[in-house]
Amino acid sequence: MAAAEELVAPAPPDYLRSETTARSWLLTTDHKRIGLLFLGATMTALLVGGVIALTMRIQLATPEARPFDALTYNRLFTLHGVIMVWLFLIPSIPAGFGNFLLPIMVGAREIAFPRLNLASFWLYVAGALTVFAGLLYGGADTGWTFYPPYSSTTPTAVVPILCGVFILGISSTITGLNFIVTTHSLRARTLQWMRLPLFVWSIYATSVILVLATPVLGMTLLLIIVDHAFGLGVFDPALGGDPILYQHLFWFYSHPAVYIMILPAMGVVSEVVSALSRKNGLSYRAIALSSLGIAFAGFLTWGHHMFTAGMSSVDAAIFGILSMLVAIFSAIKVFVWVGTLYRGSISLEAPMLYLFTFLFVFSFGGMTGVALASTSLDLHWHDTYFVVAHFHLIMVGGSLTAFLAALHYWFPKMFGRTYSARAALWGWALVSFGFVFTFFPQLLLGNGGMPRRYASYPERFQTLNLVSTGSALVLATGLVWTAVYLVRALRSGRVAENPWGSRGFEWRTTSPPPVHNWEEPLVVDDAPHQYWREEEA
Amino acid sequence: MSAVGSEEGIHPRLRDHFQDLGRQTHAARLGMWLVVISEVLLFGGLFALYGSYRAAHAAGFRAAAGETALALGTLMTYLLIVSSLFVALAVQAIRRGAGRRAAAWLGWAAVLGVVFLGLKGWEYASHLRAGLAPGIYYDHPALEGGGPKLFFTLYYLMTGLHALHVAVGVGLLLSLAVLARRGRFDAAYHTPVELGGMYWHLVDAVWVFLWPLFYLLR
Repeated sequence: MAAAEELVAPAPPDYLRSETTARSWLLTTDHKRIGLLFLGATMTALLVGGVIALTMRIQLATPEARPFDALTYNRLFTLHGVIMVWLFLIPSIPAGFGNFLLPIMVGAREIAFPRLNLASFWLYVAGALTVFAGLLYGGADTGWTFYPPYSSTTPTAVVPILCGVFILGISSTITGLNFIVTTHSLRARTLQWMRLPLFVWSIYATSVILVLATPVLGMTLLLIIVDHAFGLGVFDPALGGDPILYQHLFWFYSHPAVYIMILPAMGVVSEVVSALSRKNGLSYRAIALSSLGIAFAGFLTWGHHMFTAGMSSVDAAIFGILSMLVAIFSAIKVFVWVGTLYRGSISLEAPMLYLFTFLFVFSFGGMTGVALASTSLDLHWHDTYFVVAHFHLIMVGGSLTAFLAALHYWFPKMFGRTYSARAALWGWALVSFGFVFTFFPQLLLGNGGMPRRYASYPERFQTLNLVSTGSALVLATGLVWTAVYLVRALRSGRVAENPWGSRGFEWRTTSPPPVHNWEEPLVVDDAPHQYWREEEA
Repeated sequence: MSAVGSEEGIHPRLRDHFQDLGRQTHAARLGMWLVVISEVLLFGGLFALYGSYRAAHAAGFRAAAGETALALGTLMTYLLIVSSLFVALAVQAIRRGAGRRAAAWLGWAAVLGVVFLGLKGWEYASHLRAGLAPGIYYDHPALEGGGPKLFFTLYYLMTGLHALHVAVGVGLLLSLAVLARRGRFDAAYHTPVELGGMYWHLVDAVWVFLWPLFYLLR
């Protein structure tokens, strides 16, 4: 308990200024600093993966296989997928924002296992470096899914890349474990489950998937590693094995992994929508429980990746229907968010603008998903740009857009400063315009029959491809622009404690927060974002 | 346990972000349960593989299981179960604060683990001499076909991964035994012993499933 004389003492330095040596950052056990380290590392991965994506779009501006031949192109899209999925999308929001915010949001002084948390970060770095070491050996040309028998026999550097992904899996399992234990064991005494911020619910649901699904992926990738390295032929039909079995095991993780990418994004949206429309969510329970519903149903849908891989029509129908179940949970969320906006006092700040983009694009991503879940349509669209556009609508349109919303919403929380709203408006316009016109043409291309993963294409597809490539450049410009004004704001942004007037729990402590998050323990008498009270008063 | 912690004031092992030792212990146990669950899923992928391949090659798998050493496998099962008992006795001892007794039980459990690994290695060597090697290295003309090859690939993968866990577990048990002997644990604080015990029981339980799959179902 603070003695009376301590009240007049100057406030202790916040987590950014308490220590400033490089060592104090690289070996920190402060979850906030680790969160920032993860954000820095994942955004570096986004940059690398993005440059590769642009390179591919430039290749696809013309129908010929120029400037790269097919093998180089195969390596490019494999690397793009590996980097974006495992180095950016999966860790970005959970390990970055989740690390920073979850302990604060539950009123804890630290995350449950701080040293494990640091280990998780360095495992991420080790995994990333191993993946890049594979790049030095020429990269792999299998696609990020590493399907055997090709992945067991290709001469390219499958082994180092898979070892890297395996290490990344350990990193994210540890992060998930830490979040689950923190939510259970370190909640403030007054903070009941049904008062938890919705971001915590979504990160909790994500963590459950991380802990349950990642080990299966790790095991599956280990099998490909030993297959490739020692020729054991676990999935080799010549030795009695079954390559389709790999696909089952792979998608048992990798489909839930899609929800690892989107659930945290949904958590961000749930926070932003309340704070910037000054309304408590239309239904707290619907959002919280649908997160768990998605986490659960997400484990039962993996077969929809394999409709064309010799699956019986009964199995396909079951997997299709279960997949549509996920759309119901997602639609519940979309309706709750829109209902929250209705008659809210909406402020068109950058996070809210990104939220609008999210709602628009995510709805398209979701609806194309329902369409793809119907077997008959999937047979037509399978392995075409329609699928590419669909999952980019979810992953980029959903996760990246929400990531940007989170970055703009919590920037003042993390650094105690804010950025130029005008610069943010331009960044948002470029990103949203660029995004929509990069991927919507790909829906048409896919429906017209353009297959994915080819270095060249028939000439009749060129116009739409040109639109896509041009818009991708706009999207990239928007992202670079965003990086520039945010970095400038770190030094010279206007000092701001809580520019949104948000009533999220994390805003009840100072910005940037003190080393142990809370000068006084968090006391809660209701769920966060109860704005109706100020109107009554 | 929290009662013990608060009676004695602040326990030296209490990390400052936990409210009391009880909550800290709860967190550690929950964390370990999650480790156990993820380990089960790690093996789960392999068990799924075994199930699918056994369904596809029922006769080949049954014949191949006849090649493993049933008596040896059964002996190893006894070794692990008895070692698990020793670990449970160690936990009982440390809960009463008997550090040296706990250290002895942990040490004996580790010895049984080492014997298990030795027998497993000897068994591997005898299989390899007979040409019962994984995948393309399989060279046992008396028993041909895809089933036996897959069986032995899975045999080495699953028992090998398990042996790796036994080795890690032996290291854990030995270091816990040393710490317990030095008096680092008492009746109020002995979480590492409990967690190490959970890990060892997991290793034991996985073997209890491997034993029928590779030795009994012949």
